[in-house]
Amino acid sequence: MLLLEQLLNGLQYSALLFLLASGLTLIFGIMGVINLAHGAFYMVGAFCAAYTAMASGSFWLGGLAALAGSALYGLVIETAIIRRLYNRDHLDQVLATLAVVFFTNELITLLFGRSPPAMPTPEWYGAFVEVLPGLMYPVSRLLFIGAGLLVAVGMWLLINHTRLGMLIRAGADDHEMVGALGVNIGRLYTLVFVFGCALCGLAGFMAAPLLSVEIGMGEKVLITTFVVIVVGGVGSVRGALVGALLIGMVDSLGRAYVPPLLDQLLPAETSGALSAGLLSASAYIVMALVLLVRPRGLLPARA
Amino acid sequence: MSRRIIIDLACLATFALLPLLAALLDEPFLVSLFTRLAIYGMAAASLDLLIGYGALVSFGHAAFFGLGGYVVGIVAFHTAQLMPLWGWEGSNSALIVWPLALLCCALLGLVMGYLSLRTSGVQFIMITLAFSQMLYFILGSLSFYGGDDGILLNERNSLPGLDLNDANQFYYLCVALLVGWLLFCRRLVGSRFGFVLRGLKQSERRTVSLGLQPVRYRLTAFVIAGLGAGLAGILWANYALFVSPDMAAWQKSGELMAMVILGGVGTLLGPVLGAAAYLGLEQLLSLWTEHWLLAFGPLLLLVVLFGRQGIYGLLMKGADKPRRARARSALPPLAAQEVRP
Amino acid sequence: MKKTLNLAMLGAVLASSLNALAQEPVRIGFITTLSTPAGYLGEDARDAFRLAIEQEGGKLGGVPVELLVEDDGLQPAKGKQIVDRMTLDGISLYTGVMFSNVLAAVVNAATQGDRFYISANAGPSNLAGEQCKANYFAASYQNDVPHEMAGVAANDLGYQKMVILAPNYQAGRDALAGFKRTFKGEVSEIYTKLNQLDFSVELARVRALNPDAVFQFHPGGAGINFAKQYGSSGLAKSIPMVVPVFSMDERMLAATGNVAEGVNVVSGWNPQSDKPANQAFIQAFTAKYNRAPTMYAAQGYDTARLIGSALKATSGNLEDADAFRSALRAADFDSVRGDFRFGSNQHAVIDWHLLKVQAGADGKLAEVPVKTIATAQVDSYAAKCAL
Repeated sequence: MLLLEQLLNGLQYSALLFLLASGLTLIFGIMGVINLAHGAFYMVGAFCAAYTAMASGSFWLGGLAALAGSALYGLVIETAIIRRLYNRDHLDQVLATLAVVFFTNELITLLFGRSPPAMPTPEWYGAFVEVLPGLMYPVSRLLFIGAGLLVAVGMWLLINHTRLGMLIRAGADDHEMVGALGVNIGRLYTLVFVFGCALCGLAGFMAAPLLSVEIGMGEKVLITTFVVIVVGGVGSVRGALVGALLIGMVDSLGRAYVPPLLDQLLPAETSGALSAGLLSASAYIVMALVLLVRPRGLLPARA
Repeated sequence: MSRRIIIDLACLATFALLPLLAALLDEPFLVSLFTRLAIYGMAAASLDLLIGYGALVSFGHAAFFGLGGYVVGIVAFHTAQLMPLWGWEGSNSALIVWPLALLCCALLGLVMGYLSLRTSGVQFIMITLAFSQMLYFILGSLSFYGGDDGILLNERNSLPGLDLNDANQFYYLCVALLVGWLLFCRRLVGSRFGFVLRGLKQSERRTVSLGLQPVRYRLTAFVIAGLGAGLAGILWANYALFVSPDMAAWQKSGELMAMVILGGVGTLLGPVLGAAAYLGLEQLLSLWTEHWLLAFGPLLLLVVLFGRQGIYGLLMKGADKPRRARARSALPPLAAQEVRP
Repeated sequence: MKKTLNLAMLGAVLASSLNALAQEPVRIGFITTLSTPAGYLGEDARDAFRLAIEQEGGKLGGVPVELLVEDDGLQPAKGKQIVDRMTLDGISLYTGVMFSNVLAAVVNAATQGDRFYISANAGPSNLAGEQCKANYFAASYQNDVPHEMAGVAANDLGYQKMVILAPNYQAGRDALAGFKRTFKGEVSEIYTKLNQLDFSVELARVRALNPDAVFQFHPGGAGINFAKQYGSSGLAKSIPMVVPVFSMDERMLAATGNVAEGVNVVSGWNPQSDKPANQAFIQAFTAKYNRAPTMYAAQGYDTARLIGSALKATSGNLEDADAFRSALRAADFDSVRGDFRFGSNQHAVIDWHLLKVQAGADGKLAEVPVKTIATAQVDSYAAKCAL
C-alpha cells in the first residue's frame, strides 16, 4: 500500500514536470529556441494565481488569472524580444532569455515584494479520496495528476487530429518548408510560444497551493525540465511525457527506498552522505545513462 | 594598424597600467577587481575555444574551474592541518600543486569529454551539464572538507621569485598567464589543428571524408579548454583563499557561457571583454541599487539585439568585414544536426 | 565599452570618496542576502537595522554612522569579495550575514587585526567553541541552541517517538544533531534534498512511521513547501509539528496560510512580549514598513542597538579595539528579546520560548506564546572557548 502511495506521489511530480516540459519541448522543437525564461512564466502564473485568488476569494478565478497572465506575459516577451531572435544563433537566444529571467525576477520583487504570498484554497481542496480500499489520497495531489493527464490527452488530440497540430508536426520537421508553403510561420511561432507559456501558467496555478510562491521558483525546476526533454527526446511531446514519468518516478521512488536500503547495507556515516549525493544527482545520472545508450533521447521527434 | 591590433593593444595597456591607475586614485580595490576579471576572462576564453571554434557548447565548463580550485584547496587543507594525504605531507609550492591540479583537470576532461562526445548539439549541452552537476554534488558531500561550506585557505601558494601575497604581483601573474593563454589559443586556432576543428564545425561529413577522426580532435580541444578553466580555478582559489562547491555549479557554467556570448563567440579576446563587462556591470550596478538585475537584464538584451557578435563585434563594426562569417551559428541549426549519419 | 566602464567606475569611486569627506561617521559594513528567495531574511534584518539608525537621527549611541549594505546573493565567494573590498576601503565594523556558509567565507577577513564582526543571525558551532575569536560576537544565537530547545520543548510536550527531518547539508545535519542532544525519546531521521520542492514521499514515510510528533528544519522556501504540503496531506491534524523559528517565521506563516495552525514554534524572540522595548520596536517597524517584523528583524534591531551601546561607551572610537570589545561584552542595551548578556564565548545568552500558531485577537493566525522553555540558555560549546 505504501508502494502504491509512493507511485502516486511519483506520478504527481511527473505531472508538474510534464506540464512544464511539454511547452518547452514544443518551443524548442519548432522554433529551435533554448528558452531559459520558461521557468519565469511558471513563476508569473503562480503569482497571478495567488494574488487573484487572495483578492477575489475564488480559487478558480486564480486559475484563470494564472493562465491569462502567463499567456499575456508570454505574448509580450515573444513580440518584444523572442521574435527578433528566431533567425539568430541559439547562443544569442540563450543570453536573451537569461536576461528575461533576471528582469522578470526583479520585476516581480518590485511589484510584490519579497514575502511569498499564500494561495487560499476552498474546503474540498484539503479533502481526501479513497482511491483504492484503504488508500486515502489528498484531492490536492489528485488534481495535479488529473491536470497532467488532461494536458497529455489534449496535446495528443491537438497534435494528431487538428490542422494546428499538423502544422506543429510539420514545423518540427522542417520549418522553412512550412513557411514556403504559405503558412504564416510568424503567427504559428507566436501561437506555440504563447501556448507553452499558458501551460506554464497552468503548472503555476496547480503548484501555488502546494509550493512556495517565490522569486526564483522557476529556476529551481528549469534545469530538471530541460533534463526531462533531453531524456525524452527533444521536440517530442511523447518524449516529454516519458521523460517526465521516468525522472519523476526515479526521484520519488529513490527518495522513498534508497536511504532505508543504504542504511541497512552501510554504516550510518557513509550511507547518509552517499544517499544524499545519489538522490541529488539522480536526474543527472539518469540523463547521462540515457544519452550514453541513446544519444538523442528515448523518443526523438523524428526516427 | 588594423582595428583588431588596436583593440588588442588597448586591452593590454589597460591591464598593464591598471595598478598605476589604482595607486593614483588611491583605490586598491581596482587591482582586486581586475584580478578577478583576468581570472574569469581566462575561464571564458577557454570556453570560447570550445564554443567558438569547435561548436561544442559545453554547459559544464565550471567543473574544471571547481576541480582546479578544489585540488589547491584540498592540498592546502592537508598541508595546513599537518595531515598527510596518502602518505604525502603536502606542499605549498605552486610548482608542485598547480601541475597536480592541472593533471586532475586533464583526467576529468578526458573522461568527461570521451563520454560527452558521443552526443552532439543540445544533448551535448545537457550531458556536460550532467557531469558537472555530478561533480558539484560530489564536492558538496565531502563533509570532511567542509561539505557545502567549502574550504578556507590560510595563504597563497608560493612561487620562487614572486610574492603572491602582494596584490600587485599576484595581479601581474594573473595578467601574464591570461595573455599567455590567449596567445597560445590564437596559435592553436591558427594551426592545422585549429583548421580541422573549424572544419568539423562547418561540415563533419566533409572532414571525415578527408580521413580525419573527429573525436580525437574534439577530445583534444575539450581537454585543452578544460586545462584553461582549471588554471583559472587554481588562480581563483589563490585569489579568494576560499573554495566551495558552487564553483562547479551550473550557475557558474551559465555565467561563463553568458560572458562568452556577451563578449563575442569565436573571438577569444571578446570573452575576456565579456567577463569584464559582466562582472564590472554587476559590481557597478549592485553598488548603485539592490534591484540591479532590473537594469542588468535589459543591458544584456541590448547587446544581444544590436551587437551581432557581442561586444567584440560592436568594437569591430565596420572594420574587417569578412570576420562576420565567424558569427554564424555556433550550434548548427536543428535540421542540420538531425541528418547526421 | 571598456572606456565608458572605466569612466563610470571612476565616477562611482569619486562619489564615494566625496561622501567620506563631508563628515566622519563610523562606517558599518552590512553584508547580507537580499536576492534569491531567501532575500527576505536580509531585507528584514537590514530594515530593522536602518530603523534603529533612523530613530536616532542617523546615529547609533549618539555617534553618526553610515550603513553600507551589500547583497551577497547567498554565495560565499561573493560575500568574501565584498568583505575584501570593504576592508581595503578601511571599514572595520561588520555585520549582517544571514547564512552560516557565507559567514564561514567572510569571518576571517572581517575579524583580522582590529576589525569586528557582530553576527545578526548565523552562529556556526566552530566559531562558538575552540575556534572562537576575540573580535567575533554573535548577538543572535548559537546555531545549535534553537534545535536543542526544540528537543526540550518536545520533552515538555510529552512526545516519546518523533520523526525528524532536515536537508542533507551542514546546517541540516547540525540541526538534527542539536535536537537529538536534548530529546529523550526515540527518533527516526529522514534527510531531504537541499531546495526540495515536493515532500509527498517523505510525508508518506512519516505517516507510515506514525510518530507522536515531527521536528523539521527547512528554512525559507523549502520550509513553506513543507508546511503547505504537511497541511494539505492531512498529517497536520493527527501529528503535531515542533519546529525552530527558521521553519516557521512570520513571513512563512503568512505564505503557508491556515494549514499552519497548531504548529509549535521555538524562538528566541517572543513577538508578543509586553516589554516596552519590544512593543515600541514592533510598532515602529510596522508603521514604517507596513508589515510585521520577523525574528530576523528583531535580531537586526538588537544588533544595531548593541553596536550603539558600544559606540556610546567609546565615543565612536574604534581604534582602541580593547575598549570597544569590552563595551560590546557589557551588552548595555535594552534588548527586544528580554534579558540579554554575552556568554564567555561572546555568544548571546537569552531566554527561549515556545510559541504556538493560532488565531490571535484579530482572528488572524499569529505565533502566540505558550511558555518559556529556558532562561539564560548558554550554548553547549561555550566551555570549549578559551576567551
